[in-house]
Amino acid sequence: MRRALWILAVLLSHWRRHPMQLATLLIGLVSATALWSGVQALNAQARISYDRAAATFGGARTAMLVGSDDASFPQALFVELRRAGWNVSPVLEGRIQIGGRSFRLLGIEPVTLPGEVGNAPTVGRSGLQSFITPPGEMLVAREVLADLNLPEGARPVASSGTLLPPLRVQPQLASGVLVVDIGIAQQLLNMPDQLSRLLIGKTKGPRAALETVAGDKLRLVEPDAESDLERLTDSFHLNLTAFGLLSFVVGLFIVNSAIGLAFEQRRPMLRTLRACGASARMLNAVLVIELVALALIAGAAGLICGYVIAASLLPDVAASLRGLYGAQIPGQLTLRSEWWIAGLAISVIGALAAAAASLVKAARLPVLVAAQPQAWQQAQQRWLIFQSAVALAVFAAAGFVLWYGDSLLSGFAVLAALLLAAALLLPAILERVLSLGQRSARRPLAVWFWADSRQQLSGLSLALMALLLALAVNVGVGTMVESFSRTFVGWLDGRLAADVYVSAKDDAQATAIKAWLRGRAEVKAILPGGRADAQFRGEPIEVLGLPDHSTYSEHWPLLESSATPWVRLRPGDAALVSEQLSRRLKLGIGDRIEVPAPGGNWPLEIVGIYADYGNPKGQIAVNYAALTRRFPAIPATRFGLRVAPSEIPALLAALREKFDLGDRSLADQATMKAESKRIFNRTFAVTAALNTFTLGVAGIALLTSLLTLSNSRLPQLAPLWAIGITRRRLAAIELIKTLSVALITALLALPLGLVVAWCLIAVVNVKAFGWRLPFHVFPLQLLELLGVAMAASLLAALLPVLKLARMQPASLIKIFADER
Amino acid sequence: MASQPGNPIVLSVRNLTKTYRSAGEQVAVLRGVNLDIAAGERVALTGESGSGKSTLLHLIAGLDAADGGEIKLDDASVAGLGDAARAELRRDRLGLVFQQFNLIPSLSVQDNLAFQSRIAGRHDAAWHAELVERLGLGALLKRYPEQLSGGQQQRVAIGRALATKPLLLLADEPTGNLDEATADDVLALTRDLVARTGCGFLMVTHSERLAATLDRRIHLHAGRIA
Repeated sequence: MRRALWILAVLLSHWRRHPMQLATLLIGLVSATALWSGVQALNAQARISYDRAAATFGGARTAMLVGSDDASFPQALFVELRRAGWNVSPVLEGRIQIGGRSFRLLGIEPVTLPGEVGNAPTVGRSGLQSFITPPGEMLVAREVLADLNLPEGARPVASSGTLLPPLRVQPQLASGVLVVDIGIAQQLLNMPDQLSRLLIGKTKGPRAALETVAGDKLRLVEPDAESDLERLTDSFHLNLTAFGLLSFVVGLFIVNSAIGLAFEQRRPMLRTLRACGASARMLNAVLVIELVALALIAGAAGLICGYVIAASLLPDVAASLRGLYGAQIPGQLTLRSEWWIAGLAISVIGALAAAAASLVKAARLPVLVAAQPQAWQQAQQRWLIFQSAVALAVFAAAGFVLWYGDSLLSGFAVLAALLLAAALLLPAILERVLSLGQRSARRPLAVWFWADSRQQLSGLSLALMALLLALAVNVGVGTMVESFSRTFVGWLDGRLAADVYVSAKDDAQATAIKAWLRGRAEVKAILPGGRADAQFRGEPIEVLGLPDHSTYSEHWPLLESSATPWVRLRPGDAALVSEQLSRRLKLGIGDRIEVPAPGGNWPLEIVGIYADYGNPKGQIAVNYAALTRRFPAIPATRFGLRVAPSEIPALLAALREKFDLGDRSLADQATMKAESKRIFNRTFAVTAALNTFTLGVAGIALLTSLLTLSNSRLPQLAPLWAIGITRRRLAAIELIKTLSVALITALLALPLGLVVAWCLIAVVNVKAFGWRLPFHVFPLQLLELLGVAMAASLLAALLPVLKLARMQPASLIKIFADER
Repeated sequence: MASQPGNPIVLSVRNLTKTYRSAGEQVAVLRGVNLDIAAGERVALTGESGSGKSTLLHLIAGLDAADGGEIKLDDASVAGLGDAARAELRRDRLGLVFQQFNLIPSLSVQDNLAFQSRIAGRHDAAWHAELVERLGLGALLKRYPEQLSGGQQQRVAIGRALATKPLLLLADEPTGNLDEATADDVLALTRDLVARTGCGFLMVTHSERLAATLDRRIHLHAGRIA
């Protein structure tokens, strides 16, 4: 033990004499752990929320009975099933508007609610009375109080004007959910004696077969480990994880470079230790202990940084998830002990992986050394050939997965394979370019420039690979976001066709406003709108009503359609479907679908497909009048107006004054567009932040590689200094060399980034969100990124170069003194 | 093969052979070497470049494995030992000094001196202090190897090798990087310390002049003792 401690002390003494190298190693480990753990913290936070949502009274986690056609069913079935020995509890679900916001209303029956149903509110004996007897209670998560800006005990008013039960906080409830007694829910939703589902508890005694009690009116839905929300948001989290992994890998490049250099510098020390009697096994054990200790220290620091990153990104992630999938994530980070343990473990695993090559070398280190530079160079050549062969094989694998794969995971696999293959191929390409340069050079200094750049390549190649990956991902994601942004703006122009949007408090106010508007000359048209929720092939969809008006046929963008789709909508037997629904359910023009409606199934023929970016739900659009006939209960509180632009401010002012409408109830087109763009930008804020982080880490990788290389560069530079090249000139040459290889790398990263963008747009986005965007190339953006990469390389190269320019002659003379 | 009369044999080498593969050909470096060194005996090993001097030293130190023959240190056989046992042998019974000093650059002179005795668990503070004084390193203890001259570095390396009071001190061209006067000083100090500890001493050298200052000189030629 004492011996091991002594050896450890000797190994650690290296870091005391090389603090910069230690800092490099720790920075690498901290950045890798921080970004990975930060992303994991965000994912974990979201999953906790999904679990809360899923476990709310028979989400996917509870076995249940639902209507065969996914519609509501009579309460009498519940009574018959109870009598037949089924331990079932009724739930009614619908949506309710409060203050312009839509909430999920759940009606439950607390007496029969099975104990094993997750998140069952603790409606105890004392609370039971107040929960079920009028006015009842409305159970909500604390976040809902904040959303409604109401204290506990207050009675909110629904948009329909109904006074709702007093609010009571139940912390374990998901946000956005309101829970009331089922009788109250039936009144509020205007669905007397109707139920949405029956939750099934554990049955002790015998029970009759379902068919004998309910016939074919109900069907059994088995519990699912993964909720709909989890399935929907998988792509988003996979995206985040991919970024976290990329940053982790780039961070490990730094660690690998620092450990590799430390190994090279400590090689004589290791030999001396062996010569002094330290066994290879003990030496290797102590090397691993040293690495694990450093990884734990850096891991702890990385976790703290990861927490800070996650906390700062959480609001944007929450906004993205809300905007993309309608998921509600609380804005405060709560972390479990598993996160801390996993973070430290990933730091240790990462450090060991990054150091694997050095540890193997140390284990095989012969005590006697025979310097064989020629053999080493030949081995390098062989390695480059092997690496290039592997790269080509990985490219082929990427092509294979692209051709045959048909899932989000295969999309990410193509991306990963593409990036890995490009990174592996980079050193061979650089070697080829530099050797071409060397062959074309004539002047001695130029020949040395190219030859020395080639020699430097093995030390820099990992950092350059990191730069290539970070830059390619930046180009790819940047191009995708910019393509999306352009498409989104164009789409928004068509989609927000009305000039003014009105949202009345209730139907009565809506009728009054419409009547008043009909008397206003500046109002060219009133465009009523409405939407209903329905279930279609097992998934929730929105049915959107569009009035028969030229505004839509002239502006509403369609991706594909039959002839005269707007005319076909008029009779009410045709529909347009959103792109994501058509892709998900493989629906095409001419297909016939049946949408469950209160009066029975509604047969519709698909006559068009439209883009519906950012909507988590599938949507179909039908004629508004037909919608109100099939769904008579939908509120008619929202409508758009066509008004000449110059008349809009006066009309808005008049509406505000006359009907006391606030900003949430009245908006002009420009405000709506600005708000939509704000939400859009926020959705990609996380991506942009992670992009910047990754590029930053790649910059650090380059800096640390150059710094660590700068020490070993002196024997190459000192002879040139000795024959009359000034330190300043040498420094300038070093700077140009670094910038040259960085420029070649950046130029290679641009086409690679465009391929990444194509993969994101044509493969990943389609699988993740259900929409495909047109692919655009933005030359200015590419130039900007090239500039950023060169600036990062310049910054990284500056410190070692300045160190060289200011180096005292004594340090250079020492090279010759030490030469043996 | 004479040895110090009356003193026990600390090193016994019998029929030692070693072959290397170089440029696709087998090169026999040692072709049956026999050698004995007694405690307190100081032996110079000379020979032309490539004659196998360093190879013989490395085999005795357990840094490399012989193809045939036997090496006995005291009564322990070196051949057939595994890595850990050979490491233990070097740690506890041998002292090694190299031409290139091989000090640990990140440790001070004080720590370099004490390093081997500490990992061997045989640190003797009084002997350490005596070594510091005899080697004239008192003023240099806080310095690092890079801050020392070649002669000073080699004195630290000799001190480190003798700090465990080994059975045998092996030195591979210990003065090869030093000027003549410094080389004489270093060797004189080594001779004194060897006498003080009573260990055997085998030094590889090219210098006939320095070889003549030791008790015995053996010459290696074409892999055999001439």
